Amino acid sequence: MLKIGPYTFKSRLLLGTGKYPNLEIQEKAVYASGAEILTFAVRRMNIFDPDQPNFLERLDLKKFTLLPNTAGAKTAEEAVRTARLARASGLCDMIKVEVIGDDKTLLPDPIETLKASEQLLEEGFIVLPYISDDVVLARRLEELGVHAVMPGASPIGSGQGIINPLNLRFIIEQANVPVIVDAGIGSPSDAALAMELGADGVLLNTAVSGADDPVKMAEAMKLAVEAGRLGYEAGRIPKKPYATASSPEEGLIGS
Amino acid sequence: MKLSINGNTVEVPDNIRTVSELLQHFKLEQKVAVVERNREILEKKDHPTTEVRDGDVFEIVHFVGGG
Repeated sequence: MLKIGPYTFKSRLLLGTGKYPNLEIQEKAVYASGAEILTFAVRRMNIFDPDQPNFLERLDLKKFTLLPNTAGAKTAEEAVRTARLARASGLCDMIKVEVIGDDKTLLPDPIETLKASEQLLEEGFIVLPYISDDVVLARRLEELGVHAVMPGASPIGSGQGIINPLNLRFIIEQANVPVIVDAGIGSPSDAALAMELGADGVLLNTAVSGADDPVKMAEAMKLAVEAGRLGYEAGRIPKKPYATASSPEEGLIGS
Repeated sequence: MKLSINGNTVEVPDNIRTVSELLQHFKLEQKVAVVERNREILEKKDHPTTEVRDGDVFEIVHFVGGG
């Protein structure tokens, strides 16, 4: 079970809802993924087109927990405003704090992320900051009281997978709150590796929405996260330089 | 009266008195929409009692797909 603040989830896969080919495929992918937590962005409405399709309206909100993000924010102030707008919907009190500090890499601004997290914790939000794989920042955020930390595997949407497994391992080892590997996951093996490293969950979007078959990839990710978690719990064998025979050496047939 | 909504100047009928009526005017009353008036974020329960005045600055936002 994945516990985030007061909430408990069976699925350890968190799914983003951006950039799917269409709403039908998106809906199927969401169900195939088994995800219970879905991320959303907060944006201006087109008030002159009230009938424009909206994915949220298709969802049975009793089955899902919404994790709105503060994407688009470049300062703590903007992130806090977005978070407050999201919560005023009355649909959620979790927030993914995402404060981008660099347009090219979309890497998060650690200082603004910390400031925004502090403010939102004061206001009673369930706070999940998206951060770089910065071990000390993860600890400082945990000391503030965040409900999970979400280090990136590699830049958002890059599909490069886990670039620095060592840092992720350090973050996971020290953490007393869930560690959710967020951003950069490209393939099921990336997701499985994150879970094998001991992550409590994986958040991904483009790896599914951008796949040739998003629905199939959603299922693959679900299985990968489950397999990686089982593998972590089972405890893998240590790596050794040379071979060890699996078959007994006794009772060999004589020459 | 003239309002600023989502960064655009919008002319709306003068008989719109509350945020609820403003949302009805744009047929948005059934939508999951969050309204900010003059930088103050409103909860849904405040919509019927929050007045709309000429020159007000509104943000009307909703949830869209995102990661």
